Formats: sequence, C-alpha cells, structure tokens
Amino acid sequence: MADDDKDKFLLKQRTVSEKFIDEGFKLFFLSMASIVAIIVFAIFVVIFYQSLDSIDSYGMKFLTTSNWNPVTDEYGAFTAIYGTLVTSFASLIIAVPLGVGTAIFITEDIIPKKIRGLIGLMVELLAAIPSVVLGLWAIFVMEPFIRPFLNLLYKMFGWIPFLSTQPIGPGIAPAILILVVMILPIITSISRDSLKQVPAKLREAAYGIGATRWTAMFNVILPAAISGITGGVLLGLGRAMGETMAVTMIIGNTNTFSWSILSPGYTISAMLANQFGEADGSQVSSLMYAAFILMLLTLVVNIFAQWVVKRLSLKY
Amino acid sequence: MTISKLKANLIYDPKSKRNLTEKLFTSISAIFSIIAILPLVLVLAYILIKGGSQISWETLILEPEPPGDDLLSAGGIGPAIIGTFIISSIASIISIPIGVGGGIYLAEYAKGGPFSRFIRFGTNVLAGVPSIIAGVFIYAVIVATKVLFGSMFSGIAGGMALSILMLPTVIKTTDESLKLVSDDLRRGSLGIGASMFTTVIRITLPAAFRSIATGIVLGLARAAGETAPLIFTALFSRYYLTGFGDLFYEMGSLSVLIYNFALEPYEAQNELAWAASFILVVLLLSMNILSKLVSDIASGDSNK
Repeated sequence: MADDDKDKFLLKQRTVSEKFIDEGFKLFFLSMASIVAIIVFAIFVVIFYQSLDSIDSYGMKFLTTSNWNPVTDEYGAFTAIYGTLVTSFASLIIAVPLGVGTAIFITEDIIPKKIRGLIGLMVELLAAIPSVVLGLWAIFVMEPFIRPFLNLLYKMFGWIPFLSTQPIGPGIAPAILILVVMILPIITSISRDSLKQVPAKLREAAYGIGATRWTAMFNVILPAAISGITGGVLLGLGRAMGETMAVTMIIGNTNTFSWSILSPGYTISAMLANQFGEADGSQVSSLMYAAFILMLLTLVVNIFAQWVVKRLSLKY
Repeated sequence: MTISKLKANLIYDPKSKRNLTEKLFTSISAIFSIIAILPLVLVLAYILIKGGSQISWETLILEPEPPGDDLLSAGGIGPAIIGTFIISSIASIISIPIGVGGGIYLAEYAKGGPFSRFIRFGTNVLAGVPSIIAGVFIYAVIVATKVLFGSMFSGIAGGMALSILMLPTVIKTTDESLKLVSDDLRRGSLGIGASMFTTVIRITLPAAFRSIATGIVLGLARAAGETAPLIFTALFSRYYLTGFGDLFYEMGSLSVLIYNFALEPYEAQNELAWAASFILVVLLLSMNILSKLVSDIASGDSNK
C-alpha cells in the first residue's frame, strides 16, 4: 500500500477551527433557545411594569367597577372582564359537544375513510380562515341572519336577566357564535388525536364482550381519551379568551354593563384593539393592566391544560 | 326453551332499545359534524362569490381611496398586498433562525435537563399567549419607546409582533421533526468521525427538512392572517412603499385593511374589504393545503 493511501485511514485530530465551529454553533443554538425564555419573561415583565401605575391608583376597584372615562381618569374593566368570561365559557358550552361529536364521527367506522378525511380537513381549514375575515362575515351575513331568532328568544325569555334586552345588532350573542366557529377546529382536532391514540386492544376488548359502539364509546374509549380531550377543551378556552378581531367587530364595544347576552358588550381584547392606537397617559397604563389580567387568565388556563394532559392520562 | 330464547336474542332487531340508542347517537354525531363544517362552507362560498366578483386589475393594483371621498370606487388593495408580504417576510426573517436554532438545541443538544424542560414550557406558554398581547408587548417595547430611529408605528414593529406568534410553531415543529429522524443516522455520522455540527447540518437537518418547512409554512400562514397585533404596531397606510426607508413607517396590510374598511359606513369601502378577504383567504388556504399535501407525501415516503 502506498503511503498516501494509508493517510486516508489515519485518525486525524480535530483541528482547532473545527472544534471552535462545533462549540460555537452549540452556543448559538443554545442562545436561540434562550431567546424564547427571554421573550416570555420580557412579555410578563414589560406588561406588568407598564400597568404598575394603574394598579397603584385603581387596585382591585379596577376589576369590579365599569366606568371607563379617559377624560376624568376613571377606569374599571368589569364589563370587559365579564364579557371575556361570558363569551369564552358560553362558546365552550356550545363548541365542546359539537367538536367532540365531530371527532367521534370522524374516528369511528361510521362512514367511508375518504369522507372522514375530508371532514377532518375541512374542519382544520376552518382554522386557517383569519379571524378578521370571520368578523367581516359575522357583521354582514351572520348577524342579520340570526337577529330574528335572537328577537324571538327575547320575546319568549326576556324575563331572564341574561336575555333581558332587545337585540339591535352587534352584541354578545353573535360574538359567542363566531367564537364557537373559531375554537371548534382546535377542540375537534385535539379530540380526534386523543381518540386515535386509544389502544386498539381496548376497543377490541369492549366489542368482544358485546358492547355496542356507543356503550364502548361512553364507557371505555372516551374515559381513556379524556385527558387529551380536556386538554384540547382548555386550549380552546384559552384561545376564546384571547380571541380579538372577530369579537371586536361583532360585540358592539360598549362599556355600559348589562347582564344580558343580547345586548352589546366588551371583552378585554376588544378593548385593547379599540383603544390602544389612540391612548395616552394613564389610559395606556390602564389598558396594560387589562392586558395583564387577560394574560394571567390565559396563562392559568394554558398551564392547567398542560397539567391535565400530564396528570389525567390513564395508565392502560 | 332457554336455547330458543337465546337464539332469538342473537337476531338483529332494529327496533330494540339498544339498537335505537345506537342509531340516535350516530345520527347526533353526524349532525354535529355537518354543523361543524357548515361555517367553512358558508364563509368560503360567500367570500368566493362576493369577494371574487370584486376582483379586477384595478382592485389589485390601485391604492385605496380615503373613505368617503369617492362613493363609487374605493380604489384598490395593491399596497396592502405588498404590505402583507413584507410584514410576513420580516416575521419569517426573525422567527425562522431563532425557531429552527432553538428547535435544534432542544432536539439535538439538550439532554432533558431542567433547562430544556423550561424552554419547552416557555414555548407552550408563548403558544398560548393571545395574539393581541404580542401586539401590546411590541407596542410597549418598540412603538412607544421609538427605538427604531425615532419612528413610532412601523412595518418592522408589525413584523416583530407577528414573529412572536410564529416562533412557538417553528420551534415545536423543528423539535418534533428532528426527534423523528432515526438515531442510526446520527450514530452513523458521528461514528465515521463527523463533528456534532456537521452531523446536524449535513445529516439530521436535511432528513427532517420537509416536515420543518411545512411547519414553517403553516406558522407563516397563521401569522399572515393575524390582525390584532398589527393594528397598533404597523398601523395602516394607503400608499405604496417608495423605498427601503418606508419600512420604518406605518404600513398597510390586507388584514388591517379588512378591519378598517369593514367598519366604514361606505359601501365602496366594504366591497374593498370583501375583495381583500378573497385574496387573503385564497392565499392562506392554498398555503395550508399545499403544506398538507407536501407533508402527506413526506410521511407516505417514510412509510415505504
């Protein structure tokens, strides 16, 4: 064997530059990962710091009063907080059965696989339609269409405080409906994934002892998938709380408080979207305070969702 | 006698209580899925018909007129289309290196210690942050402080706000796609003496490239349709860019145009909003469908 041939198989020590590059890129990737943590921290610190003024001057009163007057510097976000909670929970109540029902329909062998895939794809594409476009559709198409139904609701059940105002256009109820459309995809796709992950053995065992499809569903498959489904529902709740554009366009944006879901209302995110561009002075600080509350709400929901997924998962 | 009774039970009786309940639940779930896809069909049909009929060369190219000036023609959405592309590009330029780099760190270097768990947790928190909060944050840090050459609202600030929304998607998809790459490839590469960096760049990244790319496109499609973070970071402008310096000033985008013009009391403006919705929806849906097709092909390959 010639000498230069031998050289090919000699173990070579890494050159300094090679080591340097290797270490350098490890550091680079590490710092890129750290940026995420820094951004999360920065968001909290900045928004909290900016809202300190308002927290000092209004404190807890901010959460329980609902006069919002930049001229006299009086701020209370109760209407917006109520609106945020009502719209998100009400939309959840409608979207959960719809989403989970759809997920079951497209995981079980009820219809051919191709149609199931198509329905799944369509629900996912629904998530790709921007919020602002859904808002536009809600203003011009959905709201005029459902107004007679809401009016009927008012005429029949107007004595209930939640339905006690005459619907005149934009309001909390249409906002709830458009939120249902927006959180449906996330609930459906996460429920579908969790149902698919239920081991085939469980189904086989259930069918083997003579269970029908739906007895197996309610007693075996759903309990096994409940952690994922709950996680998806909570993620949907977080999404609904923070959802801005469609809600801002259809909710009516008024800070006058009313229990009724047929009246116009406000959410925290709608308030931010409406006022931030032109706010100054103590109004900015108060808006930051509202943003801080919204962030805490969604954070609690999201962390709870992650905890549920980890904690509730059955060990089959 | 008992045997015949048993036999009778084995015959499928469509009117038995048990089978009726079965049918009831099946039809309920079928109705629910129809209700679930109904909004997509309705919204799409309306946008394609109403928005599509507004599309012409003029709408695509002209600048929008000030509201109320001309009640018959509101001009076009040209600057907003360009603006959406520019703002999304800025968002990608920021979030792709950070996201892919961070994803590489999580999948290749981190050994499951507290730091990587913390980063994953942070990514999930960031994914749950409402989009408007990203706007508020950029407003406080960039817009209000005027750090960008003393200008307030700017296309760059808008891009930064969108990049915060893209970042968690990019990190997660990079992390997950790299984890799917077989360890044999890594061992093979490291075994013939390649450095860790060479292994990542030459072996694992190319193997995961397609799924990372589809993840990025999906993240981009989500960010490009966002409005909330833009309405007080990029604000809105009716004019075309004239040069590089305009990046530091207000910039229009399709989504903000839809929002602004939807709330105008003038018919012509509302129609422009529908036209912009048509462009935006067609753009985002085709990005989504394309990336789904590509990822289906990719997963089909690995199955063989």
